[in-house]
Amino acid sequence: MKFTLSWLKEHLETDATLDEIVEALTRVGLEVEHVANPADRLKPFTIARVLEARQHPNADRLRVLTVDAGDGKEPLQIVCGAPNARTGLVGVLARPGDYVPGIDVTLSVGKIRDVESFGMMCSERELELSEAHDGIIDLPEDAPVGASYAAYVGLDDPVIEIGLTPNRPDCTGVSGIARDLAAAGLGKLKENRPAQVPGTGPCPVAVRLEFGDTPSLCPAFALRLVRGVNNGPSPEWMQKRLRAIGLRPINALVDITNYITFDRGRPLHVFDAAKVKGDLVVRRGRAGEELLALDGRTYQVDDSVCVIADDNGLESLAGIMGGELSGCTEDTTDVLIESALWDETNLARTGRRLGINSDARYRFERGVDPAFCLPGLELATRMVMDLCGGTPSQVTLAGHVPETDRTIEFPFAEVKRLSGLKLSDAEIKGVLTRLGFWVTGSGEGVRVAPPSWRPDIHGKADLVEEVVRIVGLDSVASTPLPRGATVTGQVLTPAQVRRSQARRALAVRGMKEAVTWSFIPQDQAEAFGGGSPALRLANPISADMSDMRPSLVPGLATAAQRNADRGYPDVALFEVGQVFADDTPQGQSMVAAGLRRGTAVMTGADRHWAGNAPEVGVFDARADAEAALAAIGVSVDKLMIFSESAPWLHPGRCGELRLGPKTVLARFGELHPRIARALDLDGRLAVFEVYLDAVPLPKGRAGRSKGAFAASDLMPVRRDFAFVVEEAVTADRLIKAARGAEKTLISDVTLFDVYRGAGIAQGHKSMAIDVTLQPRERTLTEEEIDAVGAKIRAAVEKATGGTLRT
Amino acid sequence: MSELQSLETAILAAVAAASNEAELEEVRIAALGKKGSVSEKLKTLGSLSPDERREMGPAINGLKTRVTDALAARRELLQDAALDARLQRERVDVTLPLRAAPAEAGRIHPVSQVIDELTAIFADMGFSIAEGPDIETDHLNFTQLNFPPDHPAREMHDTFFLPEKADGERMLLRTHTSPVQIRTMMSQQPPIRVIIPGRTYRCDSDQTHTPMFHQVEGLVIDKQSHIGHLKWVLEEFCKAFFEVDEVRMRFRPSYFPFTEPSMEVDIGCDRSGNEVKIGEGNDWLEILGCGMVHPNVIRNCGLDPDVYQGFAWGMGIDRIAMLKYGMPDLRAFFDADVRWIEHYGFRPLDLPTLFGGLSR
Repeated sequence: MKFTLSWLKEHLETDATLDEIVEALTRVGLEVEHVANPADRLKPFTIARVLEARQHPNADRLRVLTVDAGDGKEPLQIVCGAPNARTGLVGVLARPGDYVPGIDVTLSVGKIRDVESFGMMCSERELELSEAHDGIIDLPEDAPVGASYAAYVGLDDPVIEIGLTPNRPDCTGVSGIARDLAAAGLGKLKENRPAQVPGTGPCPVAVRLEFGDTPSLCPAFALRLVRGVNNGPSPEWMQKRLRAIGLRPINALVDITNYITFDRGRPLHVFDAAKVKGDLVVRRGRAGEELLALDGRTYQVDDSVCVIADDNGLESLAGIMGGELSGCTEDTTDVLIESALWDETNLARTGRRLGINSDARYRFERGVDPAFCLPGLELATRMVMDLCGGTPSQVTLAGHVPETDRTIEFPFAEVKRLSGLKLSDAEIKGVLTRLGFWVTGSGEGVRVAPPSWRPDIHGKADLVEEVVRIVGLDSVASTPLPRGATVTGQVLTPAQVRRSQARRALAVRGMKEAVTWSFIPQDQAEAFGGGSPALRLANPISADMSDMRPSLVPGLATAAQRNADRGYPDVALFEVGQVFADDTPQGQSMVAAGLRRGTAVMTGADRHWAGNAPEVGVFDARADAEAALAAIGVSVDKLMIFSESAPWLHPGRCGELRLGPKTVLARFGELHPRIARALDLDGRLAVFEVYLDAVPLPKGRAGRSKGAFAASDLMPVRRDFAFVVEEAVTADRLIKAARGAEKTLISDVTLFDVYRGAGIAQGHKSMAIDVTLQPRERTLTEEEIDAVGAKIRAAVEKATGGTLRT
Repeated sequence: MSELQSLETAILAAVAAASNEAELEEVRIAALGKKGSVSEKLKTLGSLSPDERREMGPAINGLKTRVTDALAARRELLQDAALDARLQRERVDVTLPLRAAPAEAGRIHPVSQVIDELTAIFADMGFSIAEGPDIETDHLNFTQLNFPPDHPAREMHDTFFLPEKADGERMLLRTHTSPVQIRTMMSQQPPIRVIIPGRTYRCDSDQTHTPMFHQVEGLVIDKQSHIGHLKWVLEEFCKAFFEVDEVRMRFRPSYFPFTEPSMEVDIGCDRSGNEVKIGEGNDWLEILGCGMVHPNVIRNCGLDPDVYQGFAWGMGIDRIAMLKYGMPDLRAFFDADVRWIEHYGFRPLDLPTLFGGLSR
């Protein structure tokens, strides 16, 4: 919403400075977004006279002007291409050094086709005054040469633009803004309620609201004819104001409607009565109907659109934009003035659907003052008569103006309860009264009636807001929130703690945390076990952000590829984020996932004098997964490892860590080459996912004691064994068998060698283990040690089908 | 005597001539070994008369002691020299570059770090952390929050929707963290003090908007908290978060469907340079929206708005991170460019705390 300072002062008697007004507007909730005085930008431009205009020697379309700048100095030579540049023209001069806003150029002395030019004569567009560019500005003969152009045309009027919140329809008009300022103590509101203009005879055009058995989209429609008007340009003062806020003056009748729209927040429409055939019918549109609107575009309507029609067809998109064919021109002699009320919701929807952002829609969808429907028509009639003459008919009103009366019980103590602001009853009552509210009663029994122009006020909290914003939020003192009487306990939930632990543990392993989109392309979602239609956005912002992700891996993998494409092939990335199995809250879970690409192993990537980094592989992925699990408190050695996993992993280089046979806590492996190809990825990727929410929460502990520390004084004994087993036998199986052979003595089993080749049969391998025996009570004899060895051999051979290698 | 003297001279000369421990050992064996020259002399003592023995004993033993000492001294010298030589051989170029420690290479994303910072600050003020799902119902995202049925935010233009179900319901991606306000109020009794960080989504994409972003919501519900408390919480937060002693704040009346009175908050800053400096200068920058929770919202959660009251606020986590750490482009947050993460990310062990400082 834009207005000028002088316009504001039509409604507000005030001595306040511009700065004070701007500050107050923001303070009461009418946030000032922009203040500009066109005169500031136009300061350099002065009025000058063309003494002579000659043809340019080297260019047909250019002229060489001799210009008197009115500064008593030598006339200037200026090359000009404007068709209307002529001897004797009085125009607007810009000199070298002046900034010309419309072309964004600071002038310098130029040479155009070999003729020097010491400035330019400006068009309105070059000064950003209008779009007019068919010639340079052509002022009256008597314009004072040498004087400031801005001062001469009265542009020294600051333009203020406020960002209006949708709850304030009353401030879509300058008068409403003035009321807020007056209430805030910035001056006195000038009450200028329009007087009734008596009409002669009934309005010859009838209005019918025809909605049949559908809900009415038009509560009230008032119409009146003014005969014998003399339409032409509107007066200069009106044009100036309209131009200042960015509107293009058309003719007096149209300008009046625009002026009242901004002056009072009351949109109106004028029809050229000669072009209206028959009665006006307000109804729903019909499929196939269309309207050539005032913006020159044609709009299709249907039964969701409220239209105004006559015997010729559609004449207006109700409350949004009028039709071109029945619009008023300079030839109009009889004018029909419409002032109506519309269903706000329907109008807003129509405007959005048709993509029309008109000043009328802006106001109607916020809710115009119903009580001003008829006064607005009177005001328009008065202005038409004042500016164009003519004789008005009586007003015809279809429907009826709805009542807005309501009262709110408002104990003044509410102000203090909700805002902390302590004000006297008189202060509160004063603010509300100045804003146009009726206040009756006292103490607990106060009743407040909001004015008709405030449809946003419904309850006590709304009234508190009115009081607080006018008194000023600055008056509310900061008040410390009381602190608890105890030490703050644990704030994070166990799940939140886990995420943090997993995140930091992975970062400590040299990985960089990424945050990738929650939505991924459909083919990627499908490749990773998602892609259900229920998780596909109905309106994705682009095709590659269509599906809620079932896994963090595709986002990370494509991110790694982007880095590789930028010249960083060795990256280690991870993310701790949500994945989606379905659209319920339970279907969303938190995952810590990561990947390593190229040679980005934990100890560093690429070549190095102390040894080059190897290509990443399944064991890097498993190590990351286990580190994340360990960080969140899982005893990794109690998990079961399975040599199988999701289909997006390399079938021979993947695995799962499960708690028991079913609960999958992590998947790890090398990305399946087929998936990599489908995702356009190159290079090996070692990836893992840890399902944080699948890890059971720890049971409540009785105490925090870690128990006694019991270490044996006896030396541990170590023995090596090697077994020849078939290829399919996993290390895990062998180690578990060895470990289980003698539970009290064997404290550790490590596998230190896997050998294939000479001495080992084809399809077999040798796996060597180092077994540590920890005596508990006394030193073991050789016989006892041999006995344990025999048990280990028996257990491993039984479990693996292998044989001790001798 | 002269025989002993010449023997001594010869041995000591041999000791001095030994150039390594092996040669020295040969000298020792030749002198003190079983059949060494000194040992042979000692053996002769037994056949001497007591008088001769009294004279020769100390002389030969003295010789033995001096030879032993000379050997020991020479050995130490040779060992030192040998060690010096070894040390020379073992010299390396310690300027050879090391591999970066994993903990040095790793980084925490600024969004995670800032959430940890928020947590540290609000935990101190007695808040806990609430969460909710990204996929929400229209009811929780809009209706319960007092959005009128035809509010433009409910259009496809602004909000991401999932497909319509058979019963006509359409799930959506939450457009703000505010539905968690409702979830919190419906699941726990006041007094409530929570912050709600999380991912949010809107159909928006340009230099300063991404279709996914992060918000943190705050909610206080009890029987007495008012705008004065709200101002205090936000002022204290801004000082703590931006790590400045003073911060100017401007509360402007505004409008949101779910608060009444509603406010927007600007923070005083200096925007003259390339980066925004918080806590100095004469410019204003809008950083958050807030207000007293709308009576309808309180009522929608089954509480009596004449008994319970409180306030809520919401702000962009990405946005305050950008402001604090001078990150110019929001889109880079979600691009996973390792160079960006390296530059703007945080070291894994730099956990923000109030006692140790939020950032270093």
